[in-house]
Amino acid sequence: MIRPVAEQARGTGLQLKGITKKFGSFVANDAVDLDVRPGEIHCLLGENGAGKSTLMNVLYGLYQPDGGDILIDGRPVRFADPKAAMGAGIGMVHQHFMLVEVFTVAENLILGREPGVVVDLKAAKRTVRELSERYNLPVDPDAVIEDLPVGVQQRVEILKALANDAQYLIFDEPTAVLTPQEIDDLMEVMKALRDEGKGIVFITHKLREVRAIADRITVLRRGRIVGDAEPGTSETELAQLMVGRAVDLTVDKEHAAPGDVRLTVDELTVANAAGAVVVDSISFEVAGGEILCIAGVQGNGQSELADALLGNIPVLSGRIRLDGRELSQASPRQSIAAGMGFVPEDRQHDGFIGSFTIAENLVLNRYDTAPFARGAALDLKAINDNAVALRDEFDIRTPDVQNLGSSLSGGNAQKVVLARELSRDLALLVASQPTRGVDVGAIEFLHKRIVAERDKGTAVLLVSTELEEVEALADRVLVMYRGGVVGIVPPDTSRDVLGMMMAGVPYEEAQALAVADTKGKDA
Amino acid sequence: MTTANARADRFTQWARGRWREWAITLAAFVLALLVGAILMCAADPDVAGQFAYLFTAPALPLGAAWAKVSTAYSALLAGAVGSPTALAATSAAAAPLICAGLAVGLAFRAGLFNIGAQGQAIVGSIAAAWVGFALPLPPVIHLVVAVLAGLLAGGVWGGVVGWLKARTGAHEVIVTIMMNYIAGGVLAWVLTTDAFQRPGRDDPISPEVPASAAFPRLYEQLHLGFFVAILAAVAVAWLLDRSVLGFSIRAVGANPHAAGTAGMNVSATTIITMATAGALAGLAGVMAALGPSVNGVPVPLTEGLVGTVGFDAITVALLGRSRPLGIVLAGLLFGGLNSGGLAMQSVAQTPLTLTLVLQALVVLFVAAPQLVATLVPFLNARKAKVSLTGADA
Repeated sequence: MIRPVAEQARGTGLQLKGITKKFGSFVANDAVDLDVRPGEIHCLLGENGAGKSTLMNVLYGLYQPDGGDILIDGRPVRFADPKAAMGAGIGMVHQHFMLVEVFTVAENLILGREPGVVVDLKAAKRTVRELSERYNLPVDPDAVIEDLPVGVQQRVEILKALANDAQYLIFDEPTAVLTPQEIDDLMEVMKALRDEGKGIVFITHKLREVRAIADRITVLRRGRIVGDAEPGTSETELAQLMVGRAVDLTVDKEHAAPGDVRLTVDELTVANAAGAVVVDSISFEVAGGEILCIAGVQGNGQSELADALLGNIPVLSGRIRLDGRELSQASPRQSIAAGMGFVPEDRQHDGFIGSFTIAENLVLNRYDTAPFARGAALDLKAINDNAVALRDEFDIRTPDVQNLGSSLSGGNAQKVVLARELSRDLALLVASQPTRGVDVGAIEFLHKRIVAERDKGTAVLLVSTELEEVEALADRVLVMYRGGVVGIVPPDTSRDVLGMMMAGVPYEEAQALAVADTKGKDA
Repeated sequence: MTTANARADRFTQWARGRWREWAITLAAFVLALLVGAILMCAADPDVAGQFAYLFTAPALPLGAAWAKVSTAYSALLAGAVGSPTALAATSAAAAPLICAGLAVGLAFRAGLFNIGAQGQAIVGSIAAAWVGFALPLPPVIHLVVAVLAGLLAGGVWGGVVGWLKARTGAHEVIVTIMMNYIAGGVLAWVLTTDAFQRPGRDDPISPEVPASAAFPRLYEQLHLGFFVAILAAVAVAWLLDRSVLGFSIRAVGANPHAAGTAGMNVSATTIITMATAGALAGLAGVMAALGPSVNGVPVPLTEGLVGTVGFDAITVALLGRSRPLGIVLAGLLFGGLNSGGLAMQSVAQTPLTLTLVLQALVVLFVAAPQLVATLVPFLNARKAKVSLTGADA
């Protein structure tokens, strides 16, 4: 069900009317209308770069609109800065938390609004306790932020907004950093807030979440509202509305035709920087032509496993063999030379240099080999030609490959990383969260490329915390829990069983529990 | 056709980006001159005294101030670029600043704050001077060996810092500052040894460097060293933008995590960069030790030979935005202020320290672009115009 943008009666809730925001000649928001009523969850859906965050930053006072009005209960308001927006009852839960990591929860709560000279920490702690109880957001006021898991840090962000007496809450892609369980918790919190009468704007590009929680859906594409949708609208329809064309959400892939074993990991043990064992004596094999997915809740050793395979962190004991070559003590350079492709979990941090051109980013691990280097000199033409070819092949959306990498949206930056890795002959592709923070259109493309790489006979190791991705791509699923292997199961294993395994329950037991659970429900 | 368009487009973007930098630098310079003028008048008791009549006879103080400022600044201009002699003096002053500026700028591109150009220049000057006065070598070879010795000494001095950082994680700012003290101490000590102290002298001064090891003069104070400095700038530009090593230097500087993940050796890059930077700063010391002074022969090694070139280099690199061309221009500007300052002192009795104040003010205003943009409404007006035309499109 898709219906045109509806006119709303004047004078209720928060209204954005004809908001236009330009950056130079680029129109980020083009006469956007949006309204949020108290007691509803309004989903703002759109691809990366569609203008969702710009719109919310206008609403939050970070940007000044070039045109249009903001009205609260029919009264026009203007926010010079976030403080003004907060004063008017608008709160924002940022994608990247705005918390001081070495401060406690209570200290963060009073940050920026310390009354007078003396900091009343007691009152702040009381506020934390009251709010956590009222909205069922358990947080210890004395905990230091950096010690808290990401999901709890987000709760602190929410508490901060609530402590400012926010009537309208903007959640900017809040689930991007959360585990499946944390996402469920957050959904409950959002529902509770809505039932308390708060108006909630939920920005996301994850269709499943939208369908689960939205009261109304507004879709933004290239800076314009392209329509409202009912919560019951199918994922395919939503995706089509968002991307502007039909999108294939399932990955077409043949059954795997595994060849010889290429990667052998034998009793691998890895410690993190603090010296704690995070990968505990795990063993598995990946054959050419198959995708092995490492599933698990974030922080159970998957990231360290991937880093250790590349040689980014040292291996404590055990062996890594790729096509018969011993790599357990190899440096990243040696692993790359041995045919390992690596898509890091944190693209901006480890896989990409924003101040480098797109062309330079595309040769980041091959710049010193032919044809890109001739002796000590770079062959700038070869680097440029390579970039133009890869831009066309991987549909990297940029007017010029000599533009800076930072000019790309998340999805296009990830295409650059994947294009760089897949443009070499690979024996093994290690890809961690390859579609995190990437929009639907690009996910479809990235998934297809990964499957195509598998079909070329490459061994693929995919680390993902998203069950949809695991289901779509895996030929086998390895579930990790606290650094160990819970089990290796087929990809059609039910979500319930996978979920339990991710909490450490062995396969047989999980299956028995799941069966009992279904029977219980039936009875 | 499309590539030509893309190239033209790229150039326009580049020019647009650079225009603002140039405008800010120019504005910073003008503002520095303005503040300098005020200081000049305030410091001159005659001119300052006239300001008692500001309201009764405003022509008197304003006239006196104008006379003072115009005399001083025209002397500054004349001393810097007013004649071939002045230009030659400027080039001689600029050469070491350019080399040391490159040392700071190159390291900065690798994400390293090289505060140690001073120490690296000192050890470079020690090595070059020693080869100059102690080794009897034939002409040409003598100069080449002396220059290489200076490069090597500076390179080792910088390389040690890179090695310490790579091996132990010691922060290069702390280490380079300490290495500056050590270099200063070493210089003071060697000048008391028989190998360095001039026979028959009690004070710490070395023998003179003979002409065979000095940079040959080309025109008055303009000597070969200036062209060596320009060559060094070209080499650094090539290194950064066109070479394999430069790619890894920039990558490590921009994002060491991504560089490491892409297989680059971050530690090795750090060491190589610091060694190269040290060699460039060492070259600045070589200029001081082997460049002919006003009287035509190099100044013998003393404790103050290199002056504060290593610290001025930080401001040169900052003003030049850590890019070789920018550093050459900034070095020439500061070189001009140095040579013009001498003229200003003798003609307008303005203390030489005013040129230091001017240099500091230029850098201060450059480092605070927002301040300049606020102070110069023209820049803001232009910005508004640009965004207006953008809105029309």
